[in-house]
Amino acid sequence: MSQATRDLPPRPSSGWIRYRRIKSAIGWFLAGTALVALSVAMVQILLYVFLKGFHSLSPKILVENTVGVGGGLKNAILGTALLSGSAMILSALVGVAAGLYLSEFGEGRLGTLTRFLSDVLVGVPSIVLGFVGYVTLTVWLRWRFSLAAGAITLAVLMLPYIVRSTELALRRVASGIRESAYALGCRDHQVVFKVLLKAAAPGIGTGILLALAISAGETAPLLYTAGWSNYSWSGHLIHEPVAYLTYVIWSFIGEPFHSAHALAYVAAFLITFMILLINLLARFLIASSPHSNR
Amino acid sequence: MWFRRLLAFFALLVPLVLLAIAAFLVFYAWPAIHYNGLDFLWRDTWNIGNQYANPVQRHGETVMPGAQFGILFLVAGTLGSALIALLFAFPLGLGAALFLSEAVPHRFGHFVSFFVELLAGIPSVVFGLWGIVFLIPFLSHHVFPILARIFHFIPFLARPIGSGYGLLTSSLVLCLMIVPFITATLRDALRSQSTEMREAGISLGATRFEVATRILLPGQKTALAGATMLAFGRALGETMAVLMVSGNALNYLPHNVYSPISTMAAFIVAQLDSALADPTGMAVRSLAEIAVLLLVISLITNGIARFLIGMLKEHTL
Repeated sequence: MSQATRDLPPRPSSGWIRYRRIKSAIGWFLAGTALVALSVAMVQILLYVFLKGFHSLSPKILVENTVGVGGGLKNAILGTALLSGSAMILSALVGVAAGLYLSEFGEGRLGTLTRFLSDVLVGVPSIVLGFVGYVTLTVWLRWRFSLAAGAITLAVLMLPYIVRSTELALRRVASGIRESAYALGCRDHQVVFKVLLKAAAPGIGTGILLALAISAGETAPLLYTAGWSNYSWSGHLIHEPVAYLTYVIWSFIGEPFHSAHALAYVAAFLITFMILLINLLARFLIASSPHSNR
Repeated sequence: MWFRRLLAFFALLVPLVLLAIAAFLVFYAWPAIHYNGLDFLWRDTWNIGNQYANPVQRHGETVMPGAQFGILFLVAGTLGSALIALLFAFPLGLGAALFLSEAVPHRFGHFVSFFVELLAGIPSVVFGLWGIVFLIPFLSHHVFPILARIFHFIPFLARPIGSGYGLLTSSLVLCLMIVPFITATLRDALRSQSTEMREAGISLGATRFEVATRILLPGQKTALAGATMLAFGRALGETMAVLMVSGNALNYLPHNVYSPISTMAAFIVAQLDSALADPTGMAVRSLAEIAVLLLVISLITNGIARFLIGMLKEHTL
């Protein structure tokens, strides 16, 4: 055998090739099984929640307040909208400004620190935020269970999501646009308000909506800050507990009453449906934007 | 310049909020950290003391007589449930991502992963509800008895199978909640690799599976490790779903995978009401100590994950 042929790898036998093909087929089968198992579980959860919820849903539930473990969910629906809505406004004001700083002027030490710590804040378990909210806002500031305490706790939870998505949306705006604006003599605030925010609006909006969806599904941060109330919110920022949908799911499924279970199912249906809708809206917003370069 | 300063002020709020939370928690938990000492992690009794007696002085702190705080059973429950969840979630997430990225047409893969990402938005408490009304009856009537019979020789899988509320149920629910993270991140990472890599692999005579697992996957090891770490961190800190399906064990170490457990995050919710009954406040401060631990854990897991992902590229959320 010559030197040249000895250095070549041996020609694979047909048995070896068949062995590899079978191994690959088994591999794909296992990978496909994983996907199918996952999809079946996910579809099952959704169908279960939707069917159970839809079955118990009635117009009466949507327009009446909770009475004990029966009645309706008007107070909770309003409360969830109020808590998440006001948290979103608070968080968007701070978050978009912080995201602007990170994307436009955030190359320095403050930018790096903010970026890292906001990533850490995303990972902080929501119950830790809820506990801190309880001890500081509810007890120490004597706000008791209230809209303000719940909304501020939720706003902190949403903040890092909005900061990072705003930064990413702004970074996708071509730098030529900034340069043209500055070249035309725009000041920083003019560039930001008249050019950047408009160009990045769909991306920023998507980020805010996704954060809203996350906050609407949260329970742990609200348990000891917003409390629970059988009445619809009457306009007090502090000293008045607020009802919310996720509380109904957690608390009423443990009650031994049919009416309580029905309320829990409807609450789960409503909150899941709302969150999926917000998510879809967010995706639609980013997909339909003329500036999107995805 | 004023405008930049204004934006910088808002940007500064983010680190300030996190530092304030950390500083406040440590400050608030300090008497408990002092009273409980290092034994906190290794003792498995949580006892807020005799609430009908007069407070006594011990180790320089005012507590109710007999008060003793240890969370070994919580450490076991938290780590156990998160690790078993990861044990399921890792192969599931890996397989699903490989299949979605390499085996099916791009459009179909895109559609399915969009669906998977939507499902990642299902609230924790809804997973808990599903766990209580569907998963637990199903597992305890149909799956656990068979599992216990087949694996009767393995102590951790053998009887008693309990009520269905417990370690394995919590892990399964957690697994479903964290899998989308792994799948979505890994699929994006695989898709981002160039077509030339795939073509080169095929032209060398590799099967598509070999291309996926031996050429594409090794390049994304750090992305996979980062995503897994993030998922692990999330499983450790998950509250509501675990609270609803874990059985809320108190001072009880799991004997097998069917044993009731509790986790650090779920325990804070479950015990805050009774801790508030302690007039000395030591019980609430000990719960704060658990919150401090959770914060440290999330700092570590996220730090590692961000470091791994940051090594690759300017990452997305």
